Amino acid sequence: MTEEIVFCKGGGCTAKLGPDLLSHVLGKIPRGEKDPDLLIGYDSRDDAAVYQITEDTAIVQTLDFFPPMLEDPYLFGQIAAANALSDIYAMGGTVKTALNILCFPEKMDLNILGKIMQGGAEKVIEAGGTLAGGHSIADADVKYGLSVMGIVNPKQIYANDKGRPSDVLIFTKKLGVGLVCNANRVGQAPKGAMEEAIASMTMLNKKAAEISHRYEIHACTDVTGFGFLGHLSEMINSSISAEIDSISIPVIKGAMHCAEEFLLTAAAQRNRNHVAERVTFSKYIPFAMEELLFDPQTSGGLLFAVQKEDAAAFEKELREAGMPAAIVGRFTEKKEKDIYVN
Amino acid sequence: MITVNAMGDACPIPVVKTKNAIASLKGADVVETLVDNEIAVENLKKMADQKGYKTTSEKLEEGKYRVCIIVENVVDNVEKKDGDGGKFCDCTPEKESNKVVVIRSSVMGEGDPELGKVLLKGFIYAISQQKDLPKTMLFYNGGAFITCEGSQSLEDLKALEEQGVKILTCGTCLNHYGLTDRLAVGEVTNMYEIAEKMTQASLIVSP
Repeated sequence: MTEEIVFCKGGGCTAKLGPDLLSHVLGKIPRGEKDPDLLIGYDSRDDAAVYQITEDTAIVQTLDFFPPMLEDPYLFGQIAAANALSDIYAMGGTVKTALNILCFPEKMDLNILGKIMQGGAEKVIEAGGTLAGGHSIADADVKYGLSVMGIVNPKQIYANDKGRPSDVLIFTKKLGVGLVCNANRVGQAPKGAMEEAIASMTMLNKKAAEISHRYEIHACTDVTGFGFLGHLSEMINSSISAEIDSISIPVIKGAMHCAEEFLLTAAAQRNRNHVAERVTFSKYIPFAMEELLFDPQTSGGLLFAVQKEDAAAFEKELREAGMPAAIVGRFTEKKEKDIYVN
Repeated sequence: MITVNAMGDACPIPVVKTKNAIASLKGADVVETLVDNEIAVENLKKMADQKGYKTTSEKLEEGKYRVCIIVENVVDNVEKKDGDGGKFCDCTPEKESNKVVVIRSSVMGEGDPELGKVLLKGFIYAISQQKDLPKTMLFYNGGAFITCEGSQSLEDLKALEEQGVKILTCGTCLNHYGLTDRLAVGEVTNMYEIAEKMTQASLIVSP
């Protein structure tokens, strides 16, 4: 008896290993001798590694791949690529080359493989990069992504955790794609929700990154598998806390409904377990909003800490360029908790 | 008792199966769900908590957990019967009045905005002189400017606050207008509290 090969088993960034698990292991890995040219490695919780090669050029290196979160292989390819490319933008860099990473069952229809790679290649081209090769493995399940190389001026790197008190937080996409894809998998996504989630996931963060270079950005990350609060918590340093104005968070249509119907992901609960003790929710925050803020995002938006004076103009320019960007909160002086959700 | 076997099922399927089992109940009962991981246990408990059901859970063996959801109230499932028998609603007016003043613009009325500013300043002063003070004053959109540095009404609002009036300004609005560091009286609030104050008000006064 042959087992039926299922394309989508619930993937995307919900498939990430839990942050608790990861921290546990990473602490025990030998690091070797410190290389002074490695500007960003995994001492910080940044989105990519940055290695300086000349005074004004550094290489940004990142890798991201996951199983499908929807049935359409072409869209999956686009989404996986957009997600992998995003880490370069989150560091303030420009995309140069990309390599495919692919796991594919030998018995599966090769047309599916072709569509995945077509979707991915289109996004690399849209990013202004070149697809330069790749590596594939025969495996029980489909997984796809990219290893991406970009460049950045070392003086203009967007670190995760260099935000300052009074910086304003701007988020460039809507939240809720994890909830919507999860509901879709059991046939319960509200009408139109999946279409909006797909449009959001296939959108590159390229334009947002380009616009950001015209403003004074102190820190930036992309919101993916650890959810909005998980990634925000990685931006917190010893001199700041964050205040989030939940009503300003842009939300995918129908995502709140999925949470109210308890179509919850395992990853959101792992994110909650990891970060909840650092967060205070005001007593008025409904359950569905909490879930949304822990929801794992696939190819999520960029979260910027921008100098206060620049915030309104930056938000306006992002919106004019067609993004659902919004001012969602700010950093304050250090308080008892790291994050306050109002 | 109904048993739901959700071993080997990925989230959200254990919750979906359990919800369906609860929906099929005809009376108070217990739904027992078997799952293979702790995260699924936590998601089931969240659902039960939100719905007001009590739960117990235990680890049966490695990779096998049981969550019991005690459903005492199945009004959602059973149609309510008419004629509950001799109950009347209480129509006595509330002794404690719960007046809420809502300031939703930096001006009062439509027309010349300069006049509108003067009128609003006068209105807030007049409110502070009332015998029967409001419990809460809400400031949103352009109204957020009235509780911030530079407002002509700060003294009146501080006097109101000293007399126990809650002064609340919409945080989204402060962010939008870049006023977060300039709030000079009262506290920041959010839309959930604004909605709660307004729906629970006995009287809403908005100039």
